[in-house]
Amino acid sequence: MNMRTPMSRVRGLGSAKDGTTHFWRQRITAIANLPLVILFLILVITMVGASHGQVAALLGSPMVAILVLFGIASVTTHMWLGMQVVIEDYIHGEGAKILLLISNGFFCAFVGLSAAFALLKISFGG
Amino acid sequence: MVELTLPKNSRIEKGQSWPRPAGTGNIREVQIYRWNPDDGKNPRVDTYYIDLDDCGPMILDGLIKIKNEIDPTLTFRRSCREGICGSCAMNIDGTNTLACTKGFNEVNGTVKIYPLPHQPVVKDLIPDLTNFFAQHASIEPWLKTSSPQPQTEWLQSHEDRQKLDGLYECILCACCSTSCPSYWWNSDRYLGPAVLLQAYRWLADSRDEATGERLDNLEDPFRLYRCHTILNCVQACPKGLNPAKAIAEIKKLMVERRY
Repeated sequence: MNMRTPMSRVRGLGSAKDGTTHFWRQRITAIANLPLVILFLILVITMVGASHGQVAALLGSPMVAILVLFGIASVTTHMWLGMQVVIEDYIHGEGAKILLLISNGFFCAFVGLSAAFALLKISFGG
Repeated sequence: MVELTLPKNSRIEKGQSWPRPAGTGNIREVQIYRWNPDDGKNPRVDTYYIDLDDCGPMILDGLIKIKNEIDPTLTFRRSCREGICGSCAMNIDGTNTLACTKGFNEVNGTVKIYPLPHQPVVKDLIPDLTNFFAQHASIEPWLKTSSPQPQTEWLQSHEDRQKLDGLYECILCACCSTSCPSYWWNSDRYLGPAVLLQAYRWLADSRDEATGERLDNLEDPFRLYRCHTILNCVQACPKGLNPAKAIAEIKKLMVERRY
């Protein structure tokens, strides 16, 4: 039987004095995603049926490569933050929650770095 | 994890059907959630029939009629019967609202009445709101000042007073908080729309001197940031208030004090 007072349970471990950074970054990446994802889609559509050489030439252009790289960073960061919220919402076992939060970070970093590596390899003529 | 299935002892069964009144009056079927902690049985839904020609216009009138004339064991909270005390908050026709301000004419067909969702039930339509009220107390809902007490009252301009409109009217009925999925899954840590609206009521008060301290206590991934703007709270509020907007205002203050 839990004999702690309701107030003690509500106060719990106190305020984390954090959360605004997460909230703000989620908004910033959302704003960045909007033009970057549209740009990426246009890029993909214009490249339909193009040869490897043509794609490599386009992605070799510094402006295009930087914008795609920016898109990769923004989308994967947004994915990481968003998935973290879902895990915190629905997973209530402390152990499982921490494990999933760590895995989420690794997974999103892996996806982002792989995409960035692939892009840079093509950009630099790999 | 989210509980998508109910434990065996909480599965709702079909209950008793009480006799229809004689005559061909304006008969309305009312189905009500019943649970008694003392009999060891599962919750059930009882069916009652009331003659609306012989009953007040509001759902609460119907509940009182049932308790007085049909089944005195039916248990519910009520007090002011005019939407100012918040006691008779319950789930009627699928929406959290006050039984005293919801009319029979606003519900089509059978009237289905359940207690407020996702709170422990004390009996029948009475939820245990201990946690909800402790959360309200935790935001310290009173004027906090450190300046010397003035001879008369603390002064406030008309413009500043107007900033409290849409906030001070909250009656803490818990309709909004118990309609919020974020509150359902995390009510142990998330303060919920009602308490956050109350928190903003004190943040927005020009006389209060503890704004920073109040924001410190709210700045938390769970206490504040579980709000995902689902907006069930706005739809549920029987007083027509907008808790989601109050929460957004708190988030704006959080960002504002950083940059």
